[in-house]
Amino acid sequence: MKSKVALTGNEAVAQAMKQINPDVVAAYPITPQTEIVQIFSSFVANGEVDTEFVAVESEHSAMSAAIGAAAGGARAMTATSSQGLALMFEVVYIAASMRLPIVFPVVNRALSGPINIHCDHSDAMGLRDSGVIQLFSENAQEAYDNMIQAVRIAEHSDVRLPVMVNMDGFITSHAMDVLEVLDDETVRNFVGTYVPEDYLLDAENPISIGNFDMYDFYFEHKRQQVEAMKAAKEVIREIGKEFGRISGREYGLIESYKLDDADVAVVVLNSAAGTAKGVADELRANGVKAGVLKPRVYRPFPQDEIREALKGVKAVAVLDRAETFSTCGGPIFADIRNVLYDLKNDIKVVNYVYGLGGRDLRLEHVAQVFEELENIRKTGRVDETVKYLGLRE
Amino acid sequence: MATLKELSRVEERFVGGHRLCAGCGHGISVRMILNAVEDANVVVGCATGCLEVASTIYPYTAWNCSFIHNAFENAGATISGVEAAYRALKKRGKIDRDFKFIAFGGDGGTYDIGLQSLSGAMERGHNIVYVCLDNGAYMNTGIQRSSATPTGADTTTSPAGKVIPGKQQPRKDLTAIMAAHNISYAAQTAINNWQDVHKKAKKAIEVEGPAFLNVLSPCPRGWRYNTPDIVQITKLAVETRFWPLYEVENGKWKLNYKPKKYVPVEEFLKPQGRFRHLFKPGNEHLIKAIQEEVDSRWLALLERCGETPELPPR
Ligand SMILES: Cc1ncc(C[n+]2csc(CCOP(=O)(O)OP(=O)(O)O)c2C)c(N)n1
Ligand code: SF4
Ligand SMILES: [Mg+2]
Repeated sequence: MKSKVALTGNEAVAQAMKQINPDVVAAYPITPQTEIVQIFSSFVANGEVDTEFVAVESEHSAMSAAIGAAAGGARAMTATSSQGLALMFEVVYIAASMRLPIVFPVVNRALSGPINIHCDHSDAMGLRDSGVIQLFSENAQEAYDNMIQAVRIAEHSDVRLPVMVNMDGFITSHAMDVLEVLDDETVRNFVGTYVPEDYLLDAENPISIGNFDMYDFYFEHKRQQVEAMKAAKEVIREIGKEFGRISGREYGLIESYKLDDADVAVVVLNSAAGTAKGVADELRANGVKAGVLKPRVYRPFPQDEIREALKGVKAVAVLDRAETFSTCGGPIFADIRNVLYDLKNDIKVVNYVYGLGGRDLRLEHVAQVFEELENIRKTGRVDETVKYLGLRE
Repeated sequence: MATLKELSRVEERFVGGHRLCAGCGHGISVRMILNAVEDANVVVGCATGCLEVASTIYPYTAWNCSFIHNAFENAGATISGVEAAYRALKKRGKIDRDFKFIAFGGDGGTYDIGLQSLSGAMERGHNIVYVCLDNGAYMNTGIQRSSATPTGADTTTSPAGKVIPGKQQPRKDLTAIMAAHNISYAAQTAINNWQDVHKKAKKAIEVEGPAFLNVLSPCPRGWRYNTPDIVQITKLAVETRFWPLYEVENGKWKLNYKPKKYVPVEEFLKPQGRFRHLFKPGNEHLIKAIQEEVDSRWLALLERCGETPELPPR
C-alpha cells in the first residue's frame, strides 16, 4: 500500500528510518540535518521504534559509535551535514575499510569557512575518495527511496560498504514536498533483517577488527574495496529494479533526461537537476535539443552509463556545487571529462561552478548555460572552460 | 577473592606472540584486568597506541576474545557503539550470550585526544569499563609528552634542554575528572599489587554502568629504567605517593594503600633516565618542587577520602 503525503526532506528521511527501525542510531545535531535527529528521537521516545539511540557528544563519536555498533553485528545509522561530516572524515574512511554497512544521510551544506549553513556539495565531495557509496537525491521522494534502498545496497554480500544518502540542505531538507510513502510492512519486507557475517558479538567466533595493516597487506585490502565498489554498480541496479516493483519507481545509476537525441546537455546532481529539466523542457519547445544527465550515484562513478548517455551530444556543461581550488574546475567536471576522453568524439565539455553557500540557481542561469552550449555547438569554440554562475564578479 | 594459583588457570584472553617490548607494562596490565572477567564473553576496544599496534599486526592477533580498534581518539565512542549493539540485539532476541565491554587506551589516547569521547561515553552511562594504561607519554610515536607526563620528565617534545628542564606542567588528574562524572566506579591502581588490580578490575567489570580504571603501566623505553625492575619501579611510584592507590565507589572516595613511612619522590625519580637531568647539581629546587606537588596532592586526596590529611612519618 502506498500513500501520498506532504513531508519535508528531513521528515521523509526520518520516516524511512522509522520504517527501517535500525538496531542502533548514533547521531549529533547540525543544521540543516538537525530535524532528522530530533524526529527520530521522538520516535524512540514514543516507542514507535525500538532502536538504541546513542546521543553522542560529537559527529566523530557518532560515526565511531556507528562503527562499533555495526562491527558488533547491528544495523547502524548516523546522519550529518557539513562540519559534522568534516569532523567524521577520519572515521568514514575506517568504516569503509572495515566494510561496515552503515547508512547515513548527509544533508548537504557548505563547509566553513566562512561559516555558512546553506546548501552546497563541498561536504560530500570532501569524502568522495573515502570508499563510501554516495547516492544523491533530487527531492524528498528520492531521499526517502534512496534511504530504503541504501540499506540493501550497503548490506549486500558483494558490497558491504557504508552508503551516504545526500540531499540538498534547506532546498530539499526543509521544503514541503508531496511524495508517496510505502507502508511499514512493505519497507520491512524489502529491507529484511540484517545477517552480519563476522561480528564482535558472535560468542562462538570472536574476531579482531581494525588490525594494524602494513605494506604486506594494506594494498590488497584497498584493492578489495575497489572490487566492492565495482560490484556495487550491479547491486544498485538490481535493487533499483526490485524497488521499482514495490513502489512503481525504478532506479538506476544515472537519470538520462531527453538525452537520446540531445545536442547539448547539462550534468548536475541533486535538486538542481529539477531546475535543469524544467529549462530543458522549455528549450525543447523552442526547438533546442536540450537534455539533462543526473548522476544518482556519484561513488562508485557510473562511467559506462555516462559515456553511453552522452556519446551523441555535441556540447556538455557540468554544473558543480563545490570548488576544488585546483583552478581547473569542480570535482564532477574532472570525472565527466575524463570519461568522455575515450570517445574521441570531440565533445566540448565546460564547467560551471554554481550555488556555493546556498546561492540560488535560477532558471535563467540554466538557460544561460544552455545558450552558451548552443554557441559552442555552432561555433565549435570554447572561450572559457570554467565559469561561475550567479556570481558577482 | 581468587588466589594467584586460581588466576593462573583462567583462560588467557591476551596471549603471547604480540610484539610489545620485553617488560612492557601494557601486557601485564591487560592480562591482569581481563583475568578478572568471569563467566562472560568480552569485547575489547582499543585506542591506537603501543598496545594496539603490537598486538594486532595483520594477519595475526594476540586477542583470544573479540577485539576492535577504530582510531586513536575514539575508543570511548567505539565501545559505546558495541555496547549499544549488544543491548539492541539482546532486546530483539538476536543474541543470548552475556558480554562485557572493556576499552583500553594509552594516556595520550585518554587524557588528551580521546578525553571528549571518553567523557561522552561515561556521561551516557554505557555499561562499559574504560582502562587507561598510563605510561606518561606518547610512547608509540617516540615518547612525546602528554598531559599525563610527570613534571620534569624529559620527553621528545618536552626535552630537558639548556633553558627548560623537561616538562613544566603538573599532571592532569584524570581519575578525579572521571570520578566527577559520577560514574559507578573509578579507581587508580598499579601492577606491583596484583590483588589491588584484580579487586578493582572485578569491581569495575561487575558494577552496572560505566567504570574507569587508571593503571600505572611502566614503559622501560620511555622511562629508561632497568627493564627487569618493573615491579620495583611501580612499587616506588606507590610508596612515594606519586601514584596513590584509591577508588571512588558511588561517589565515596577511599584510599586503598597508605605507605608506612615517608619515602621521598626522588627514590622514584632516580632510577629513571627521563629524570636524570633533575639530579644535576643546582637542580635541587626542581626536585623539591616535584616533592611539594606530590605532598600537596596526597594531602588533598586524604581529605577527599575522609582521612586525616597528614604526611607519613619520616
Ligand atoms: C588522530 C591521530 N593523531 C595522532 C596519531 C599518532 N599517534 C598514534 S599512537 C600515538 C601515541 C599514543 O600514546 P598513548 O595513547 O599514550 O599510548 P602508548 O603508545 O604510550 O601506550 C600517536 C600520537 C594518530 N594515530 N591519530
Ligand atoms: S615503547 Fe614502551 S609502551 Fe611501547 S611497547 Fe615498548 S615498553 Fe611498551
Ligand atoms: Mg602512553
